[in-house]
Amino acid sequence: MDSVTSDPAESVGAEADPRPPLRASADNGLKIVVVGGFGAGKTTLVRSVSEIRPLSTEETMTRAGEAVDDVSAVRDKNATTVAFDFGRITLDARNVLYLFGAPGQERFWFLWDRLFTGALGAVVLVDTRRLDDSWYAIDRLERHGTPFVVARNDFGGPDFAPQAIRDALDLDPDVPLVHCDARARNSSKRVLIALVEHAKHRYRRSYDAQVPALTEESPR
Amino acid sequence: MNGQGGQPGNRPGRDDSPDRLYTLTGGRSRSAPDNPFDLVTLVVAECDPVPGMQSEHAAILRLAERPTAVVEVAAVLRLPVGITKVLLADLLAAGRVSARHPRRTAVTDPDILEQVLVGLRNL
Ligand SMILES: Nc1nc2c(ncn2[C@@H]2O[C@H](COP(=O)(O)OP(=O)(O)O)[C@@H](O)[C@H]2O)c(=O)[nH]1
Ligand SMILES: [Mg+2]
Repeated sequence: MDSVTSDPAESVGAEADPRPPLRASADNGLKIVVVGGFGAGKTTLVRSVSEIRPLSTEETMTRAGEAVDDVSAVRDKNATTVAFDFGRITLDARNVLYLFGAPGQERFWFLWDRLFTGALGAVVLVDTRRLDDSWYAIDRLERHGTPFVVARNDFGGPDFAPQAIRDALDLDPDVPLVHCDARARNSSKRVLIALVEHAKHRYRRSYDAQVPALTEESPR
Repeated sequence: MNGQGGQPGNRPGRDDSPDRLYTLTGGRSRSAPDNPFDLVTLVVAECDPVPGMQSEHAAILRLAERPTAVVEVAAVLRLPVGITKVLLADLLAAGRVSARHPRRTAVTDPDILEQVLVGLRNL
């Protein structure tokens, strides 16, 4: 993955830049976050559906969750730099979906909450050999009210029954649990579709129940 | 940041020392809430680079001939997102770029979610 992001292709300046440009009519960027432990397959999933090779960048933030645009604060011990990678999918003439791969460990969440505010939802990518890697992410997404699905990435480990995985993760019955091979485009695509369908049903239910101010459902 | 593998970044040959970043932004501070840019705000150049322009500004204008997300600008220029936003705010204030911000209500709007589904199914 580092070998991907450190590829020499992106030199400054558009000439050397192999990314296909967005359409001139593109005007709405959307976000989905893929979270999971180290090696869970985040970058693989992003790569398998992205129209650009995954790129990486970083953000510096303080514990208070403020983006550090103040350069002096970069020297501040309380500032943390986190790197994340991303890919993109052009959905139609106007909508462009960005997929972000974010490590799920607890110490990064002060950052993800902020960076990905306004995301359509999240995919929690789990490796059944290390389910506990995802406990924190699931807990946080639930409390945040972000729609999410759990994608069980198949590394050829023991074949747990879905209910056993649900129990181990203490998953709400409403949360979809889907099977996934992040290396396969179709499989990754199905995971994303499952997430967006889940989000749609959730919000539709809320609309039907006339629950107002859905957009206020953001972090404290 | 620290060792724990799995982090992209720390690309070799990259100079993101605070001093370089200080130079890029003129050392200005701008707190996040004032900065209008989201990671996926699409930036569009409104003019060509002009001679004598700060090289990062010129690079952004070339990059954003077509709509380009803030996060792509940061990645291609190899700058942290926060610094990129400061540079973009300068260009925006000078009228050299325009910004297409994500529609705030899009994530809960069934019509938009349906459009996303159609787009994904067509992949
Ligand atoms: N068997 C199998 N291997 C996978 C799958 N997804 C990813 N991998 C492999 O697992 C390793 C770690 O994946 P990566 O995407 O870098 O994980 P990340 O740290 O979450 O970004 C890579 O060698 C991938 O090729 C999968 O669905 N099945
Ligand atoms: Mg990765």
